[in-house]
Amino acid sequence: MAQVDARHTAPRLERSRRDRWVAGVAGGIGHHIGVQASLVRVAFVVLSFAAGFGLVVYILTWLLAPLEAEVDGFEAPPRRIRLPSAGRAIGIGLVIAGVLALLWVAGLWFDGNFVWPILLAAIGFGVLWARGGDAGRGRWNLETLGTPLSFTRFAIGAVLILAGMGVFLAARTSLEGVGNVLLAMVVAIVGAALLAGPWVWGMGRQLVEERSSRVRTEERAEMAAHLHDSVLQTLALIQRAKEPREMASLARTQERELRAWLYGRAPELAGVRLRDAIDSMAGRIERQHQVSVEAVVVGDAEMDDRLRGLVNACAEAVANAAVHSGTTAISVYVEVEDDAVNAYVRDQGAGFDPDVVPADRRGIADSIVGRMERHGGSAAVISRPGAGTEVVLKLPRRDS
Amino acid sequence: MTIRVFIVDDHELFRSGVRNELGRNLEIVGDAGTVEEAVPAIVDLRPDVVLLDVHMAGGGGRAVIDAVRSERPDVKFLALSVSDAAEDVIGIIRSGARGYVTKSISAEELSSAVQRVHDGDAVFSPRLAGFVLDAFGGDAPQHLDPELDLLSRREREVLRYIARGYTYKEVAHELHISVKTVETHVSAVLRKLQLSSRYELTRWAADRRLV
Repeated sequence: MAQVDARHTAPRLERSRRDRWVAGVAGGIGHHIGVQASLVRVAFVVLSFAAGFGLVVYILTWLLAPLEAEVDGFEAPPRRIRLPSAGRAIGIGLVIAGVLALLWVAGLWFDGNFVWPILLAAIGFGVLWARGGDAGRGRWNLETLGTPLSFTRFAIGAVLILAGMGVFLAARTSLEGVGNVLLAMVVAIVGAALLAGPWVWGMGRQLVEERSSRVRTEERAEMAAHLHDSVLQTLALIQRAKEPREMASLARTQERELRAWLYGRAPELAGVRLRDAIDSMAGRIERQHQVSVEAVVVGDAEMDDRLRGLVNACAEAVANAAVHSGTTAISVYVEVEDDAVNAYVRDQGAGFDPDVVPADRRGIADSIVGRMERHGGSAAVISRPGAGTEVVLKLPRRDS
Repeated sequence: MTIRVFIVDDHELFRSGVRNELGRNLEIVGDAGTVEEAVPAIVDLRPDVVLLDVHMAGGGGRAVIDAVRSERPDVKFLALSVSDAAEDVIGIIRSGARGYVTKSISAEELSSAVQRVHDGDAVFSPRLAGFVLDAFGGDAPQHLDPELDLLSRREREVLRYIARGYTYKEVAHELHISVKTVETHVSAVLRKLQLSSRYELTRWAADRRLV
């Protein structure tokens, strides 16, 4: 019966996703120590009458043990399992009531003064905090507090907890004091709410706002960098173009690219290997700017988001060289080392003084340096008027 | 004495273009569009340097080198190509060419490349430098001859600068050495490239083609 299965004796105690009635605690413990979950459940119920010991252990385990990782292809069906069928619920209730009655009669372990308050408070606690699984737990989700469902929940939970507190306190005083105790509690809680409520509410709002504004800022920076690389560059080219046909072709290319970007595809850089991505980047800029880009790649790597960032920064550096250096030959050298990927973009053109770049020239700041830093790398621009420019991009590799 | 140059390329336009561009500083003694024309002409004219297209019908540049080598060992070859295939580039160097440049090279640079080859030095384009770094990167072969199968740290540094687009003069400046020393390093690399028995070298080059 208590068969030990090697797969289930993991050193980590996790709450079970599959085998659960409430929070998967019993299922998790059962798997962990290698006994049937139903035995653990019975133990919890019985221990709960030992002055609520079982309940306290249950709640602590719920809070402390992480939820088991999701198994591939397996979606946890919490509704179905959490709310057992009516028949089953009645069965469980009868069993509990029976055990309860038995213990009551035997007069064993039983102390109504403790169990009922703790039970009520625990159920209230559960109702309040059992929202949306692990992500919501441990953090007040103020955005959803005002919605009907969560308000009902909040009300039920609060009433249950208050009832628990009331019963606890009432049991210590005389029976007719119950009314006074409840009144005192309500007054205290209303007072506390009036004092601290607005402040807590404001804090919550502020947190939510800060988080979303940070997300927005990051998105805006990424978008600005992209628009600079593509649309602004093309507009600059169109202004220089002399032939209507050339303008039209530039505009068409840009339209295609922008469309692909808006709808979440990056066809130009979709290559799965770094070498392909660099080559295709070089080809694209050669076409766009009528320059020759000599791209040399030593070693190769699987493309990922960070390498895409490197390739994009590299593309921006090459495009800058094509537009500003005055030469038509640009060298790109990318080397894949064990611990880093380095890229060098060099032209032997006009060069400039990096200290006197106007603030509205966003290319270097956003598209190159900012982009590299967002991906955990670095960028340096080495240039002197008349001595060409070299952009050095370094991206440490995390996986090695 | 001006350097005597012979051009082998199957593109007529390209030959006349190079003729015009190099004609000012160098003496163009002749040109040919096929392997069959080129071999007797080179043997006959004894140019100092042959500019050689890698890709041609009838065996390409390597066929020319192989046919001329036995009769005119003094003639030096500089490979000139639009080809990016490692197999062809490594192949023509191992056949005996003293350097490899791409056709996008400027007239001025081509002129100095010819000069350099004539002086007995090697000419590496960024791409060739990249190929060599890649080919000599990998795992060491079983029976290693450090004299031929490995690049020294300095040679590697020099090649990395060349791959980044630095001229020999700029490399010399960056590494605080003389241009002559840079040339020595590059020539040493060329020798290793030609003589190394690293079996990977050929296999690597062939594999690269499939990518």
